[in-house]
Amino acid sequence: MKQLLAFVRKEFYHVFRDKKTLLMLFGVPIAQIVLFGFTLTNEIKNSRIVVADYAHDYASQEIIRKIEASRYFEVVKSNMSHDQIETAFKTGTIKIAVIFPANFYNDLSHLNKAQIQVIADASDPNTATTLTSYLNNIITDYQAQKAQQTKVPYLITPEVKMLYNPELLGAPNFVPGVMALVLMLICAMMTSISIVKEKEMGTMEILLVSPIRPFLLIISKVIPYLIVSIINLITILVLSVVLLHLEIKGSLLLLFFESTLFIISSLALGLLISVRAESQMAAMMTSQMSLMLPTMLLTGFMFPIENMPLPMQVLSYALPSHYYYVIVKAVMLEGLGFMSIWKETLILAFITTVLVVINLRSFKIRLA
Amino acid sequence: MRTLKFLLQKEFKQIFRSKSIIFSIVFAPIIQLILMPLAANYDVKNIYVAFVDHDHSTYSQKLINRVYSSIYFKAAPYSASYDDAMHLIEQNKADIIVEIPQGFEDNLVRESHDKLYLAVNAINGTKAGVGSGYLGAIIRDFNQDIQMQWKQPGHFAEAQTIDVVTNNWYNPYMSYFLFMVPGLMVSLLTGIGAFSASLNIVREKEIGTIEQINVTPIRKYHFLLGKLIPYWCLGMIVFTIGMLVSRLVYGIVPVGSIPLLYGFLAVYLLTLLGAGLLISTYSDTQQQAVSVAFFFVLIFNFISGIFTPIDSMPEWAKALAYISPISHFAQVMRMVVLKGSTWPDVLPHLGAVFALGVVLNTWAVLNYRKTT
Amino acid sequence: MSEIAIKADKLTKKFDDFVAVDAITFDVKQGEIFGFVGANGAGKTTAMRILCGLSKPTSGSATVAGFDVYKETEKIKRNIGYMSQKFSLYDDLTVMENITFYAGIYGLSDKEIKDRGESLLSQLGISHEAKTFVASLPLGWKQKLAFSVAVIHEPKIVFLDEPTGGVDPVTRRQFWDLIYEAADRGITVFVTTHYMDEAEYCNRLTVMVDGKIDALDTPTNLKKQFSVDSMDKVFYQLARAAKRSGD
Repeated sequence: MKQLLAFVRKEFYHVFRDKKTLLMLFGVPIAQIVLFGFTLTNEIKNSRIVVADYAHDYASQEIIRKIEASRYFEVVKSNMSHDQIETAFKTGTIKIAVIFPANFYNDLSHLNKAQIQVIADASDPNTATTLTSYLNNIITDYQAQKAQQTKVPYLITPEVKMLYNPELLGAPNFVPGVMALVLMLICAMMTSISIVKEKEMGTMEILLVSPIRPFLLIISKVIPYLIVSIINLITILVLSVVLLHLEIKGSLLLLFFESTLFIISSLALGLLISVRAESQMAAMMTSQMSLMLPTMLLTGFMFPIENMPLPMQVLSYALPSHYYYVIVKAVMLEGLGFMSIWKETLILAFITTVLVVINLRSFKIRLA
Repeated sequence: MRTLKFLLQKEFKQIFRSKSIIFSIVFAPIIQLILMPLAANYDVKNIYVAFVDHDHSTYSQKLINRVYSSIYFKAAPYSASYDDAMHLIEQNKADIIVEIPQGFEDNLVRESHDKLYLAVNAINGTKAGVGSGYLGAIIRDFNQDIQMQWKQPGHFAEAQTIDVVTNNWYNPYMSYFLFMVPGLMVSLLTGIGAFSASLNIVREKEIGTIEQINVTPIRKYHFLLGKLIPYWCLGMIVFTIGMLVSRLVYGIVPVGSIPLLYGFLAVYLLTLLGAGLLISTYSDTQQQAVSVAFFFVLIFNFISGIFTPIDSMPEWAKALAYISPISHFAQVMRMVVLKGSTWPDVLPHLGAVFALGVVLNTWAVLNYRKTT
Repeated sequence: MSEIAIKADKLTKKFDDFVAVDAITFDVKQGEIFGFVGANGAGKTTAMRILCGLSKPTSGSATVAGFDVYKETEKIKRNIGYMSQKFSLYDDLTVMENITFYAGIYGLSDKEIKDRGESLLSQLGISHEAKTFVASLPLGWKQKLAFSVAVIHEPKIVFLDEPTGGVDPVTRRQFWDLIYEAADRGITVFVTTHYMDEAEYCNRLTVMVDGKIDALDTPTNLKKQFSVDSMDKVFYQLARAAKRSGD
């Protein structure tokens, strides 16, 4: 036990004396929460829109006022030709253009029908779709307002309730993802690099001939990162509550229990990489390719899993981070108890056990 | 100049002999560029809708059929009560609940008015927003049909309609790949470039060969150029591989000029590698260099506009995006590949990237000390 | 041959309040093999790094090959060779590629590189290993090769920082043969060591204790001065008074 403590202390010195690495260990989670919380919103606002108003009449003016009032648009009034709009699109200063033809109000009031032309820069299809639908809503609203003066029959009013995240913020979706990503990153990538470093420097051999048992040696390498991860977990939770005003609805105890399970699985992955990798660079490349990217892409927090081709969906179900993400979402945001997540917990525990067993085996082989 | 020749010889040999570097510049980008766009698909479809139908009328059945016939929506398991449906949401088996109140059809016909209750799982804000939007449109259509059916000519005034004609330029089929692939290429290239450049000098520090270099009369900028040029060439190769992959796998052919892309890339790489070298001069170990590089690559990647629009970000993030070469390159890539933008269009971006490059490289040369 | 190659006057280097090198004063003559002996942590490496232009002194003055260690470090670098205890050849380059690289950055012509490279290899008896990666050479060979590479441009002075650490006595002897050959060609050799048998090989040497120079003379005179029969004992007498412990 005393030996173990001595080794753990040494590892702590390594980790905490290196200021630049600390930036990674503690700076990345903070930066990610801030970034994801404030910038990674898929909501589209303040888009510059060109309004070419050839009608200049009562109706077009009113619609333009409505567009101006919307927080989605920043209106640039200018009667541009198609060529000029094209040029503006090419420099990337404008996202969408709306053109009111001459006699707009006349057509509307006499023929009961008028046309508005919308040209979207669809190089970003999502932005284009969203902006056109915002515009459509504004125009529909305008019509509805006009229609209210006459009574509309047989009207169905949908009453919409947004559960868990009424303001449709990006943060609730991203925070559980960031937790998975950060824990994975720190546990797996940093652990593997730090062990491979000892291999590269030759200090690993010295440690292996010391009286400490190899198993304890590995434990001592892993403990500081476990602690760092738990500190990070707390930081992320505190920041989410304080900065992003996110409420932790479920049991904190359950959350920590599940997180520890996930951390252990990540540490086991890091150890596996360190067994194979020959150099720090190789360890880094492997963890980036086989852990970072899949976690970012396939856990479902950045991109919807159901859109992916089947092989990738299958792959996603093999990732521990996938289950962790589902669990955190359920406990933290939906406030569900253990009964709703016991299946995911069981699978996560199973994966963790498998990883730990593989690790123990590869140790024995290494020492034989 | 002769010194530079020998430095370059050495660096090229070291790079091309390292399996991990070759792997990371040739195979990794190909694999990633093939897999990432498949995953990075924001299209909202496959939204699972659970109906709680208390009415069991012709109308409610019509509405349900209409929703399920849309390509966006899929049927969630049947649920008899709101609580049942809520349970489906908790288990992620449903995304939206539509509750049809008892007497829906009767009320609509007699009172000429009734409500529908929608509950949306909004943890994923985008999906919730777009999904409920689509659903709203279907309900509106359904409503209009009913109005048409019941409306008697002359009884109500003819409604005025505004017809919105939408043209989607540059990407008429609204292909998400066309948008994402050029962006992801930038992201990949940046990751590879920044990491390999920042690791390089530190590696010599860790092994100790840097001492030997520092006692030679080598000039600082020769040494840094010797480090920069090979990775610059590598960047060009990675980019070319990326262009080939996006052509062969995704069929993306740039609308604009390819020389323009390479010209911009040439400047961009100088800036990016300058940043990598700068990190390298500040770090003592590879672990440090990786940590610092990772920190910055991550931040600048997320505010680059590759994944989410810059316009929606708060002012401080916009300012950060402006001083980040990644966002400039990502914009230019998309501008040239999708819209065929030309030299004058990209000039402001080129200027910004070039200025950043000068600053970063000068800083790196100044900060690299042969003497402590 | 009485020209001065290295001259140090009250040369001092402080790291915060730790005085690594404490006002050392000495001369090294052209063509001499000058030894710097001391325990680990005595300040030998720091002193050498200053003289090579790798580190700036805090106070005092020094010239190397006539150039000032404050202002003319780059000129110094053109006139010296250096080999450190940390291994200095590239593992992932072959023997000949290492030679070509270092000779090249010292500005040798292609013909010179080829001629000197070949004669160097045959002198070391490893001509057949020219295309071997340095990583796979035995340590003794690596160090002999590193020395030969450090003098390939025929510098005025060569600095060797504990060059024979970790090699067997036979190889060490062979290594010193190389040093003598270099000295015969007129190259001044400045070497740090903590092997006392190596100290005997030097023309003159100084013992460094706690950053200070305590004695400076030929091995014979030093033994006389301390009335002992070996350098070991000279060193022991001086080092006993040391306050800093070696690491």
